[in-house]
Amino acid sequence: MAITVTVNGTQHALDLEPEMPLLWALRETLGLTGTKFGCGISACGTCTVHLDGRAVRSCTLPISAAEGKSVTTIEGLARDGTLHKVQQAWLAHQVPQCGYCQSGMIMAVAALLERTPKPTDEEIDAGVTNICRCGTFARVRAAIHQAAESDGAAS
Amino acid sequence: MNKWTRRAFIGAGTVAGGGFLLGVAGFTFAPGRHSLVSADAVDKGQLTTWITVTPDNLVTILIPHCEMGQGTPTALAMMAAEELEADWSRVRVQEAPALDAYANGYVIRAIGGGYVPAVLGRGVDYGTYKIAEWFGFQVTGGSTAVRGTGEYGMRVAGAAAKEMLLAAAAEQWGVPVSECVAKGSRVTHAASGRGSTFGQLARAAATQPVPTSPALKNPDSFIIRRTSLPRLDLPAKVDGSAKYAIDFTTPGMLYAAVEIAPVQGGTLVSVDTTPAESMPGVKKVVKLNEAVAVVADSFWRARRALAALKPEFSDAGHGDVSTASIFAAFDKALGAPPEVPKGAAKIVTADYRAPFLAHATMEPMACTASVEGDRAEVWTGVQDPLNARSAAAKALGIDAGNVRLTNFMLGGGFGRRLPFTFDYVDLAVRVAKAMSPTPVKTIWTRENDLQHDYYRGAALSRHAGALDANGVPLAAHSNYTGGGDSEAVFMPYAIAAKDAEEKKAAHPIRLGQWRSVLNSQHGFFKESFIDEMAHAAGKDPFEFRRALLGDQPRFKAALEKAAAMAGWGTALPQGEGRGIAICESFGTIVAEVAHVAVSADGRLKVLHVYAAVDCGDVVNLDGATAQVEGGIIFALSAALLSEITIARGRVVETNFRDYPMIHIADAPKVTTAFIRSDAPLGGLGEPPVPPLAPALANAIHAATGIRVRELPIKNTPLKWAGVI
Repeated sequence: MAITVTVNGTQHALDLEPEMPLLWALRETLGLTGTKFGCGISACGTCTVHLDGRAVRSCTLPISAAEGKSVTTIEGLARDGTLHKVQQAWLAHQVPQCGYCQSGMIMAVAALLERTPKPTDEEIDAGVTNICRCGTFARVRAAIHQAAESDGAAS
Repeated sequence: MNKWTRRAFIGAGTVAGGGFLLGVAGFTFAPGRHSLVSADAVDKGQLTTWITVTPDNLVTILIPHCEMGQGTPTALAMMAAEELEADWSRVRVQEAPALDAYANGYVIRAIGGGYVPAVLGRGVDYGTYKIAEWFGFQVTGGSTAVRGTGEYGMRVAGAAAKEMLLAAAAEQWGVPVSECVAKGSRVTHAASGRGSTFGQLARAAATQPVPTSPALKNPDSFIIRRTSLPRLDLPAKVDGSAKYAIDFTTPGMLYAAVEIAPVQGGTLVSVDTTPAESMPGVKKVVKLNEAVAVVADSFWRARRALAALKPEFSDAGHGDVSTASIFAAFDKALGAPPEVPKGAAKIVTADYRAPFLAHATMEPMACTASVEGDRAEVWTGVQDPLNARSAAAKALGIDAGNVRLTNFMLGGGFGRRLPFTFDYVDLAVRVAKAMSPTPVKTIWTRENDLQHDYYRGAALSRHAGALDANGVPLAAHSNYTGGGDSEAVFMPYAIAAKDAEEKKAAHPIRLGQWRSVLNSQHGFFKESFIDEMAHAAGKDPFEFRRALLGDQPRFKAALEKAAAMAGWGTALPQGEGRGIAICESFGTIVAEVAHVAVSADGRLKVLHVYAAVDCGDVVNLDGATAQVEGGIIFALSAALLSEITIARGRVVETNFRDYPMIHIADAPKVTTAFIRSDAPLGGLGEPPVPPLAPALANAIHAATGIRVRELPIKNTPLKWAGVI
């Protein structure tokens, strides 16, 4: 029986095994490859998406857990052609290097700012546990603070 | 430059639609005085650069290097655009396809060591711009893109194209070329008030005589270089649209998951394929010499079915190899410490140890292939598309010319995706051959990636030094295992006797190039030891080094700069300390000061790292800064946490849970300063790595009195009494 999931505002009926991780449904069934595979055990965060606005690691989340819920991926973060304030801050600080972890990083940060609009450095340390092998952390931190300072409206 | 120019080939012509194409093919110099190759190979590299100017007034620069996070395409384009006097907003870049014409041979001499073939001189087919059957390297690695392709290709191509555009304008207007000026993708003639865009002049420029030695700009007149320009690849990396090899998809494609013999060199002995064959979505179980693959209609289904198999592999006779057995062999090979002058007032000895390391690129290895008869198409992510194409051809037993390879952005390289380490391409094309002609995407899991890497070598180094009664060093010798070369062991200090000798102790663990290569181990060894010598001499580690750098002004300036940035010598609270280290690699000198805090119960916090970098000059200032920041964090993860261990001949670590990385909470502040020197451009991707581990270990010693002689640092208890 198909599992109904709303992804980036569009409802999909996914005729897949309920235990298949959401990541693979997004990447292979829906073609949303911006969400990345990094470890498969929720350790690195490259697969981070929003499930009803909350950051989740999709590589271990069965699609059955998304039934009837709303998923946002990196492709759905911009609104009406305007980048999300986190994406804008990412460009302003030239954060990405290889870029592979950055979809997940941006999604984790966007969710953090929903919960904690003006995070302290300690709150960033606790709230962002994604791995970046290129070592962009200093710029990630600076960009988070900039995004937090912006009013949230698209500039 | 004269020598090079004489050997360069600059060619020009028209492209469809009236555009102007200019290409440079030629020979380059060796990267620097610590070149790893013999002098007779120095003039035998080659490179190519291609620029087009089209009637829409766009300048397109073909980049013979891949983007793996270093911003190389942006920096190279800046170098060409600077000489061309192009309007940066009218410049586009494109990665060169994997065709022979785009071979860039420069890098192989920097990283290839013994691989540099004696058969370089197979000839260049100048008539067609084709570097004919040269040796087919199109590599991104060895920190060479900017100093090789950029300095000798991009700049010359830009300057030559500019001269031809100027000549075209002068001819059209009937004015002396000396009165024409190129700026902002336009040529103007002030006296007559005439002006044309590069695009308008493109067709005419293509028929102008090709300059043989175009004049390069004086650096004082640079307007694009030395500034900070946004990287061209970043917009696609914040909206999820950037495509990596793992993202490639094509209609009808299947997916493969693989299990590879856990002991390197082992082969598949037997496997009962039936449990997987009946599982949903499974198309086939493919048995290969060293692996078993399950091909299915989704990667998750392929992986799930693979887990149902119990393949048996041989261990290639290496089933008793362990980390302990390898280090025992290292120890035995090293024997007694090196001899130092008799009668010295003080003798210092120390052993240092570095572990095997994995690259652990964020994007696991992925390669899609479609094989049909004697032809194949491959989509993957590599640091050398031409050699990857050859690897695919060899695995399939077909001609390399019959393989079409498309390269993607790399989700990290760090040396994992270099020539001779294309096992993931080799394996994927064989899986695809079994499913011919259906395209198959083989994705490695993180477990595959960590357990089947080409590792940074483990090493043990045994040092002995001698000081006279005044604390002046008389000798600093080392015997080492695990590989080394003249650059890695080089100590800039004025010490009369400083020999480094390799002792061989073979082991079956396969090795590769890891960001900064052999400098990553030797930087730790030699800069820890000089620190121990300083302490034995009763001297400040910075002042001790500085006094020995009288005839090395670049090293001295970088050391002094880093110390000044860090406030070296100013008081710190108890439990905090600073450590300094300096290394040269790939033509760049980097001095780093680490500032750490260690709690009495041994918890380490790296507070700040200061880096003073002399890479000659910088191209994209912000991009260069990012490379230094990233290199330091990459090195920090390794120094603190990373260790691949071996048991029963196989790699023990499986995933990020047991091969952890630092998080943002662990990342120190990094402050970077560039020193502009008259030295040739040095690399930047790798040189920030080697000084970090020794600076950190030296800082821990300053904070606690505990000397860390083994990496990763987590293996050394840092609990201290709270009093040094």
